[in-house]
Amino acid sequence: MACDKCFEKPVIKVTGSENSFCKACFFKYFEKKVKKTITKYNLIEKNDHIIVAVSGGKDSTVLLNLLVKVLKGRDDVKITALAIDEGIKGYRDKSLEHIKKICEDLKVELKLFSYEKEFGKSLDEILKTYKGIPCSVCGVFRRYLLNKKSKEIGGNKLATGHNMDDEAQTILMNNFRNNIKVSARMGPITGIISDKRFIKRIKPLYFLTEKEITSYAYLKGLMDKFNECRHDSDSYRAQVRDMLNDFEAKYEGTKNGIITAFLEILPLLKKHYKEEEFDEIQNCKICEEPCSGEICKACTFVEKVIKN
Amino acid sequence: MKVYIEKLDQFKEVDAKTVKELLKKLEINPTTVIVTVNDELVTDEVKIKENDEIKLLSVISGG
Repeated sequence: MACDKCFEKPVIKVTGSENSFCKACFFKYFEKKVKKTITKYNLIEKNDHIIVAVSGGKDSTVLLNLLVKVLKGRDDVKITALAIDEGIKGYRDKSLEHIKKICEDLKVELKLFSYEKEFGKSLDEILKTYKGIPCSVCGVFRRYLLNKKSKEIGGNKLATGHNMDDEAQTILMNNFRNNIKVSARMGPITGIISDKRFIKRIKPLYFLTEKEITSYAYLKGLMDKFNECRHDSDSYRAQVRDMLNDFEAKYEGTKNGIITAFLEILPLLKKHYKEEEFDEIQNCKICEEPCSGEICKACTFVEKVIKN
Repeated sequence: MKVYIEKLDQFKEVDAKTVKELLKKLEINPTTVIVTVNDELVTDEVKIKENDEIKLLSVISGG
């Protein structure tokens, strides 16, 4: 068997097709896909200040490297990296070292914020008393800080390393939980309406699988020892992920099918929920960040979980 | 042959002629790992030998 483009030795068979690529042709395929996503969905525009959410994991490491490469010579577009330290000993402390090194190598400014400083306690501390699902409280705090801090830094878009696997999982999770309105905010560029209180999120890796991204990271020498968060297996998402991977192994192209079908109906979903979204968004009475009730979820957790 | 499984951080002994057979015997879903043979990334069709250094690297790394 040989590379479908140049007959060199293949290193990967890409998802949802019969194509196998050698290292050089895989790099071309991968980078072309990212550029095409950026262009097709207008993810990056003139004078953008892109905040790149970095975790030290393979997705955000690849994303930051690629954005620096793609935007080389674009003096009108600024990139800043943003990392959140949840305070998970043995996991985040290690990946933060990796993030710092990557940002230094790429000469990208890094802004770091922690749960401890912003909310008063690290996740490890919170979980000593909070007996709910760790990912619930962690996800709320992380999304809150990413939105708030991106605006404070002066960014107008937040780039995240979300990939095809993440998106397919979220689409299924929202369907299973009858949360279609949440799905309406998804896609390669997020949001139903334009609202300055919410930073637009862009996902340049949207059409690439976790396996393709890991392969790219490995071949580019970007792999650190990427740890899995120890709370991950507790999550609903982890169960959906495992189920989806089983399906993908049996019926290749499943993940691609899910997001392709979703993108077909996404414009209709956005249209359907537009009015409702306008009426629903308020400002949190405690922190003034946008939310759908009187008090945002982050402040609710701070009151219930941290102050009590 | 000895195979290193990153997710478990341990080696396992297994007999197989190809990467595909190896993953099947270890009951590992091919979508969840990338496989290196002597530090080279390979596809599932690749043939493997007794003295090859084989690593299964996990593609999952929580955000």
